[in-house]
Amino acid sequence: MTELPNATERKMGLVIDLDTCVGCHACVISCKGWNTENYGAPLSDQNPYGGDPSGTFLNRVHSYEVQPAEGHAQLIHFPKSCLHCEDAPCVTVCPTGASYKRAEDGIVLVNEDHCIGCGLCAWSCPYGARELDLAEGVMKKCTLCVDRIYNENLPEVDRIPSCVRTCPAGARHFGDLGDPDSDVSQLVAERGGMDLMPEMGTKPVNKYLPPRPKDTIEEEIDILAPLLAPVAEEPQGFMGWLDKALDKLPGGAN
Amino acid sequence: MHPAPSVIIFTTLSGLGFGLLFFLGLGQPAATGTVAFVFYAIAYGLACGGLLASTFHLGRPERAWRAFTQWKTSWLSREGVCAVAALIIMGLYALGAVFLDSDWTLLGWIGAALSLATVFTTSMIYTQLKTVPRWNMALTPAMFLAFSLAGGALLAGAESVAPWLLAIAGALQLAYWAKGDKALERSGTNLGTATGLGDRGAVRAFEPPHTGSNYLLREFVHLVGRKHAQKLRMIAFTLGFALPLLLILTPVQGFVIKHVFAALAVLSHLAGVAASRWLFFAQAEHVVGLYYGKR
Repeated sequence: MTELPNATERKMGLVIDLDTCVGCHACVISCKGWNTENYGAPLSDQNPYGGDPSGTFLNRVHSYEVQPAEGHAQLIHFPKSCLHCEDAPCVTVCPTGASYKRAEDGIVLVNEDHCIGCGLCAWSCPYGARELDLAEGVMKKCTLCVDRIYNENLPEVDRIPSCVRTCPAGARHFGDLGDPDSDVSQLVAERGGMDLMPEMGTKPVNKYLPPRPKDTIEEEIDILAPLLAPVAEEPQGFMGWLDKALDKLPGGAN
Repeated sequence: MHPAPSVIIFTTLSGLGFGLLFFLGLGQPAATGTVAFVFYAIAYGLACGGLLASTFHLGRPERAWRAFTQWKTSWLSREGVCAVAALIIMGLYALGAVFLDSDWTLLGWIGAALSLATVFTTSMIYTQLKTVPRWNMALTPAMFLAFSLAGGALLAGAESVAPWLLAIAGALQLAYWAKGDKALERSGTNLGTATGLGDRGAVRAFEPPHTGSNYLLREFVHLVGRKHAQKLRMIAFTLGFALPLLLILTPVQGFVIKHVFAALAVLSHLAGVAASRWLFFAQAEHVVGLYYGKR
């Protein structure tokens, strides 16, 4: 049924560190690989070697430039996948009951045998977390690698989502965000983890850790400072004469 | 939003069809026999044609029956249930009118209420979406209902109410455009809240996740149609409301010329509503476009 559970026993989800992500897209590729070969319909590509390739992905990495009022612009890599919202609008809009949120761990899943591919759940998701697979005609979304995290056939170290296992920078963390003592919850508390589009009222489980402020080194004096004499602000000698002479030519100084 | 022809055809035709069923259910016109048959054939043709068109955009149309099960939470499911209930009840009422020369008033009223409820549930599919601020307002269901009633009145030949309903529908259309143009800004959602980085400075989409297109961009970011939006609004308003109003208010004599004018009014209204519906989708901004630096 598409009624949301009142509460879930656990709130399994991801914590994504925007300070650490290097934008390598390894999580995107490992996600596509795992989820094409395992749970549900494969993630198809259309025209993959042609002029206009496109395909289904459950995780995509954007890059944003943030220009503060003062100082340098900062580039932030931004992985985005399903946030497994507590008030998931994609579940309640589903006309068939194919979309559901699990009461035991809060994972939002699609029953691909019941999905009619109407696309309304993707319309209701503010994050673009759901994509209709054009080959299969059903909705695909992040399963939080439900076929890995409880899979006793895998070594224990692999029982985490594929994207988390793959991330070479350690920018992705997996755990129970409903337990305040869990590592992920403590990380969120410590680093001021945030929700995306909180005004949408979706109450996302996944959290994003904001980039740390840039270091400031103005107070420190390097021991080599006296040897690295500052470059003259005003040109002197021949360069000074040339600068002034050129300024006087028609066209003036800029 | 991508203006899919199937959805535009569906909302335009079925809105008109259920509007006509509403008036037929209320006994307007109080036709029986062959005349009633023609009226019901038109109403069912429009309503069913629209519903059929809506299944064309499904990825798995063969499972469409499952869409009747989740009426507790889903407006799309409620729409399916209402539409089928309205068509069955009005079908029984039509049997009475066409073959038995009888008017089962109560059944007609229930059918009329269900017909309007169908249009309302259709509009709520769009209205409920917080992700599309231009749709997420009370004017959306008001507009859908007004269009359906105005079109229904035109088709049913309800001369006394049709001009009023057309005027109301036209006014609601203008109000919807005026309010809708400010909806995204008023929602407070921007790239800053989408990324959570807005309080650090001005956020700009630097590099998209992929060089090609994808489902999200095709479905939710539609920029081409917005170019001629102002012209299309003029066309939609003129054809949808101004011209039909003029046509039905023009005093003409004679059975044939009157029916020609009425038919022209209906066709003009249909074209206008279709243009308006195209804009309803093409101009709607889904917030996911923000992640791609688009709207």
